[in-house]
Formats: sequence, structure tokens, C-alpha cells
Amino acid sequence: MKRVYPREEVCMGCKLCEVACIVEHSLSKDIIKAYKEERPRTLSRARVEEEGPVSFSIMCRHCIDPECLEACITGALYRVNGDGPVLVDPRRCVGCWMCVMACPYGSIELDSRNGRRVISKCDLCPDRRMPACVDACPNRALFYEER
Amino acid sequence: MRYLIIGNSAAAIGAVESIRPRDREGEITILSKEPYYAYSRPLITEYIADVFRDEDLTYRGPDFYRENRIQVHLGIKARAVNPKNRVVLTEDGTEHPYDRLLIATGGTPIVPPIKGLDKEGVFTCTTWDDSKAIKALLPRVKRAVVVGGGLIGVKAAEGLYEAGVHVTIVELLPHIMGRILDAEGAYIFEAYLKGKGLGIITGETVVEALGNGRVEGVRLASGDTLPCDFLIIAVGVRPNVEEVVEGSGIRVNQGILVDRHMRTSVPDVYAAGDVAEGDEMLVREKRVIALWPVAYRQGKIAGLNMAGEDREYEGGFPQNTVSVLGLTTITIGFTEPPEPNGYKVLMRRGPGENDYKKLIFKGDVLEGAILVNSIDRAGILTGLIRARTEIGSNKERLLDTRLGLTALPRAWRKEKLTQPV
Ligand SMILES: Cc1cc2nc3c(=O)[nH]c(=O)nc-3n(C[C@H](O)[C@H](O)[C@H](O)COP(=O)(O)OP(=O)(O)OC[C@H]3O[C@@H](n4cnc5c(N)ncnc54)[C@H](O)[C@@H]3O)c2cc1C
Repeated sequence: MKRVYPREEVCMGCKLCEVACIVEHSLSKDIIKAYKEERPRTLSRARVEEEGPVSFSIMCRHCIDPECLEACITGALYRVNGDGPVLVDPRRCVGCWMCVMACPYGSIELDSRNGRRVISKCDLCPDRRMPACVDACPNRALFYEER
Repeated sequence: MRYLIIGNSAAAIGAVESIRPRDREGEITILSKEPYYAYSRPLITEYIADVFRDEDLTYRGPDFYRENRIQVHLGIKARAVNPKNRVVLTEDGTEHPYDRLLIATGGTPIVPPIKGLDKEGVFTCTTWDDSKAIKALLPRVKRAVVVGGGLIGVKAAEGLYEAGVHVTIVELLPHIMGRILDAEGAYIFEAYLKGKGLGIITGETVVEALGNGRVEGVRLASGDTLPCDFLIIAVGVRPNVEEVVEGSGIRVNQGILVDRHMRTSVPDVYAAGDVAEGDEMLVREKRVIALWPVAYRQGKIAGLNMAGEDREYEGGFPQNTVSVLGLTTITIGFTEPPEPNGYKVLMRRGPGENDYKKLIFKGDVLEGAILVNSIDRAGILTGLIRARTEIGSNKERLLDTRLGLTALPRAWRKEKLTQPV
């Protein structure tokens, strides 16, 4: 399957991937509304890590053998068609954070903003051909491809 | 191929989900003494106060069984395995044949020798039915005593507290959550929970349930008494081996002994989950690790091998995520160095009042971690422990409040982030 691969050699930490992710997963998909009106603001599922000159964007790896699925006690996490993206059904998530303990990439976000605990993670943008973060990257520091 | 699974929880589902994609034709049969489709055992305590409801507890619903063409017998107890004839006998007198058998019967609550436990109002708390029975009595209950301050004890206490019951935990060890946390971490939880109004008595135990027909109080070892109209016994679980394994010739130590393929000592019989005693990766011995992700993983490995693959279990280790009344801890691997020499411990308290982090290294390899309150990205540490990643000079950086992959060697990122993993 296609996955998003970061290239830290050319990432400059601009965080446009985070902006694009937030907009794509907002209610309106409109940048101004997503940032200025929608409350609480959508969380980014991509996370830019920076340290000195090193930076890269990291999100769910959609692992071949996902640890998060094994740890999930409700069945909220599932894999599409056996080998597709790893997704979460927020209605079935109770925010136990077991998957947060399990994910070796630290790519599951805790979300308690609405007074209800759920997780949030990369879904590879089901409404788009190319994930929003990849499209938004000005430096081609994110690749979406089959490897 | 006829696959037979005794049990219908994490380990059983893990097995089904690895068997079915590999064997579309084989017959899969599940026997479960509990009359429910697979449900989330860790959530039963918060069912008591309706924090979680029926739909939240559903782990795999009827669709799952239909789609995977599983013959599921709910509310049917297995009584014996007969490896010679390759059958399992259930209590209704039926013999279920198998080509491959998985025993995933989980745990049974340990009940310590306390006098007078035959009274009304005394419960264990490990099944959905236990929670339902507790819930049904709630209107008549004001005070509860929970014997045992481990994982199940604190979760049971939380459930009752949320239902408006006045709860006191009585724990024999110097601290609650002693097997999950170190003393420092446990102390944070004790202070927090006491602040919420939960009673906690440590270094003490219940020796007798008092009352006439119904429980009205308990007597402690010190001779003191505590009034209560509910007594929950939650000192832990042990492998449920008596019900089906006794007399079968399957080798048992504490749990059913399994090799790296999750095979028992008897051909074509596998075991996984809380009932099994398999490899522990850190102590390098066989251990029962009664935790959900371990049960699922073991079941999955068993299933792969049952379906004809050759897959070895890399061994498990403790990994807990526990939230009690809003305070969360994640602990992975050792919580204390297992021996004084050869280990390095790093610790940090704060910045928040309840923030605590501790890392235990053996040489350059992480073997244990405790995170209290700030748990963001904790899985990075789990991954390092599992993969035995050489961390080199970056140990202190793993203690940062903002734990991230920048703290890991560049080679690690090259390997993990540039190809499917
Ligand atoms: C209150 C509570 C809270 C917990 N919280 C956590 C937590 O936060 N994190 C965590 O990792 N773990 C937690 N656990 C532990 C976790 O639930 C177990 O590790 C996990 O459920 C083990 O799964 P299993 O498949 O081995 O067996 P179990 O879940 O014990 O299920 C055993 C299955 O076997 C069936 N069965 C048993 N005997 C027979 C028989 N003779 N015939 C037919 N069927 C039989 C039962 O009906 C059941 O379906 C908690 C446990 C409890 C009780």
C-alpha cells in the first residue's frame, strides 16, 4: 500500500503539513474557519519534530503488523480490507490510551478537547487522492508512494 | 481443518484474526462459558457507574462472527480436553472434535482465605456478570471495602466511587499498584486518590467478613473493623487451568507452559493469554503476563502457527496503561532494576504536580519506563524496549518532557521511516 514517507534531509520545519492536516480534518475544510472559528480546533495528525537543524514530519506508519491494533481493547482501531490503512472509529474509542502505549512512533494523538477522551491519528486523507500534508509540503520532504 | 478455541476474549480473537485470512475454508469453533460476544474486560468496572455502557464494552460484535464464519457456542463451559481422541467435552455432554486446539480460558480471580466470605454482598470483579451483579445491588449500598489495591482493585474502587459509593481499598503491601508502579509513582496515585475522597489503607489486610447473612463490615488483621455493605475481593487473577486442563496431560506450571510457537506439551494443542505461561522477554523466563495486549499477541502467534505458518513469539513484557479517576500512568517493562548492578536509572518529577518519569537502562538498552500523568508518545519507549535499541549517549534526552524521535539515533530513523515497517 501507499504510505507517507518523510525525508528529513530536506525538511525545514515549516509545519505547513500540520496546517494542511488541520484544515483537511476540520469541519469546514476552510483554512480561516478551521483556525478562527471552529472550536476546539482540529488536531494535526502529522507532527513536525525539530531539534537544531534536524526536522521531519511524522505520522502513523500504517504498520504491516500494527501494535496499536493488538493493544486496542474496544475494537475502535481497525485495518481496512486486511491490508489497507489503519483507522480509528471515534465512536468506539473510549480514550483508554492503550494504543498510545503501543505505538513505537508516537503517532497517536490524545484528544480530550471535547470532554470526551478519544484518539486521533492519520487516516491518509480518504477524501483526497494525495494526503493533504504531502500536497502542502513546499520542499518535497513528504512522499506518498508504494515502497 | 477444524480449529477449536476454548475462550472468547483477547487471545481467542487474536487467533481468529490470524487464522481466517490464511485459511478461508477451515472450520473455526469457539466455546465460551460467558454468554457474551467478545467484550472488553478492562472496561467492566466502569460499567458499574454507567461511564461505559453495553455498546462500549462490545469488542467484537455478531457481525465479526458471521463475517469470519465462526461457530460460536456462548454460555457453554468446556470441561475436559481429551488429546487422545482429539475432542473437547463441554458440560452439556457434547464432544467437539478438533485438528488444532487453542486453550484461551484466561484467568480466575484469586480468593484469599478470609473468614465469612459466603455472605451476600461479597463479590469478585473480573467478569461482565460480576459488574452486572454489583450494579444491581447499588441502590442498597453506601460503603464498600475493596481487598487488594492492584490493577483490578483500583479499577473496581474507581467504578464504585463513580457510582457514588464510599470506597476503602485495603492493600497488604506498603503501596497500592505495587506491581505496576514503583513507590514514588504509587505515592503520587495514593495522594491523588485520597484527595478525591477514596479511602486507602496499606500494610493491612482483611481477615473476616462480618455480618449476619449480608456483609456489614470487615475485620482487619490489626483487629480494627470497618463497616461496609459491599466487599470486593480483588487480589488478582491466576491462570484458569483446572476447568479444562486437569487430567489432560498438558504440562502446567503456574499457567499452561508454552513454547515460542505457543504450543503446549501436547501435539496440536496451543495456549495463549492469561492462562498461558510463555516467554518473558526481559527476565528471560517463562511467566504468566496477564495483560490484554500480551493475550492478543499470543493468540495471534498461536493462530498463525495453527494455520500452518512458522512464527515465533518474541516474548512479552509488562505494559500497563491505567487511568484512575482522571490520573493516568503508563508503565512498561521493569519498574525497578531487577538487580543492583549493571542498571542505570534516570528520574524526573514535574513540571506538573503529578508528573513523574523514570527510565531504567541496562547498559545502552532501555528495559523499563514509568510515566505518570504526562504520557504523550509513551509508545516510543515501548518500541525501544521491544527492539532492544542501542540508545547510546542520548539516554537523558528520553527523559525530556517532549519525548520525540529526534532523541533516537539517526540510523534508527533511516531504517524505520524510509520503508514499510
Ligand atoms: C477489572 C479488570 C481490569 C483490567 N484492566 C486491564 C488493563 O487496563 N490493561 C490490560 O492490559 N489488561 C487489563 N486486564 C486484564 C485483561 O483483561 C486480560 O489480560 C485479558 O482479558 C486476557 O484475555 P484472555 O483472552 O487471555 O482471557 P480472558 O479475558 O480472561 O477470557 C477468558 C475467556 O475464556 C472463557 N472461558 C474460560 N473458561 C472456560 C471454559 N471452561 N469453557 C469455555 N469457555 C471458558 C471465558 O468465557 C472468556 O471468554 C484487566 C482485567 C480485569 C478483570
